[in-house]
Amino acid sequence: MTSSGRSDRAAAPRAAYKILVAGGFGTGKTTMVGAVSEIRPLRTEESITEASAGVDDLSELERKSTTTVAMDFGRITLGDGLAVYLFGTPGQERFWFMWEELARGALGAVVVVDTRRISASFASLDYFEQRAEPFVIAVNRFEGSVEYTEEEIRTALDTDPEVPIVLFDARDRESAKFVLVELLDHAISRPREVPAGL
Amino acid sequence: MSGRRERWLDEDAGPLVRPYAITRGRTRARGAALDLVTILVAAEGPAAPRSGLSPEHQRVLRLCRAPHTLVDLASRLELPLGVIRVLVDELLEPGLLRVETPAPTALPDLDVLRRIRDELRTI
Repeated sequence: MTSSGRSDRAAAPRAAYKILVAGGFGTGKTTMVGAVSEIRPLRTEESITEASAGVDDLSELERKSTTTVAMDFGRITLGDGLAVYLFGTPGQERFWFMWEELARGALGAVVVVDTRRISASFASLDYFEQRAEPFVIAVNRFEGSVEYTEEEIRTALDTDPEVPIVLFDARDRESAKFVLVELLDHAISRPREVPAGL
Repeated sequence: MSGRRERWLDEDAGPLVRPYAITRGRTRARGAALDLVTILVAAEGPAAPRSGLSPEHQRVLRLCRAPHTLVDLASRLELPLGVIRVLVDELLEPGLLRVETPAPTALPDLDVLRRIRDELRTI
């Protein structure tokens, strides 16, 4: 017997990996998680009673170390017992305390950017630029937004040339999947530190 | 008394029982903090129903006959992560639940990364 009948096959991972989906409010993080997740994305939250508040719109929330903020969670089950979990988290600096745990051991992060409000994703970029985990910048192409070239976006974001920039549509599964593949490619190709003591 | 299991008004309303009622007042797990993707499984052997286990404890144990991550449990039981942490902690302590696979603490090997990438391409 592998699992109970009601239990979906996906619920028995042998190895589980995390990918963070970061970015400013309204950039499309939740949409992206929903586009690639095999389960209806879960919005989970702790200690927040104002459940109707948008996932990022928690401006009155005080920073407390015991509070975990709303976050979107999705899952992709791969072959061989591998499972990838996506976590969409609010990007503002005051939520960084909860990112530490999320980012530890993560495959990396996708920082979603809306070209109409690039500054909304600055805090997320700042965070991952100072961490070791690989990340890619995913530019969500909203209808009606001006098309920029990768170079223009890179200049506007003032980001290192080695950080990949991908243009995508957060609503589209294939497109969102492509962003994840790019992140893995980036994680594979970038130089790694050799772990000490091996 | 909450009856056999908490009832739901609808998805948005959530359970009609306060989280701290489910955890009997505990708001924090005592043990080492588990990662969201720590894989948990019920201890083997005959499922010995322990007195003192709440319906939620038993649901965790039932689900964990197959390995589940912490966040999977929150999703399946539709309970906040903080509540799941406390429940899991209380089941780990007497050995009814065990950690099957700890969450990775570093980027996996290139082999694993390539496998994940190639698998992602095919989904």
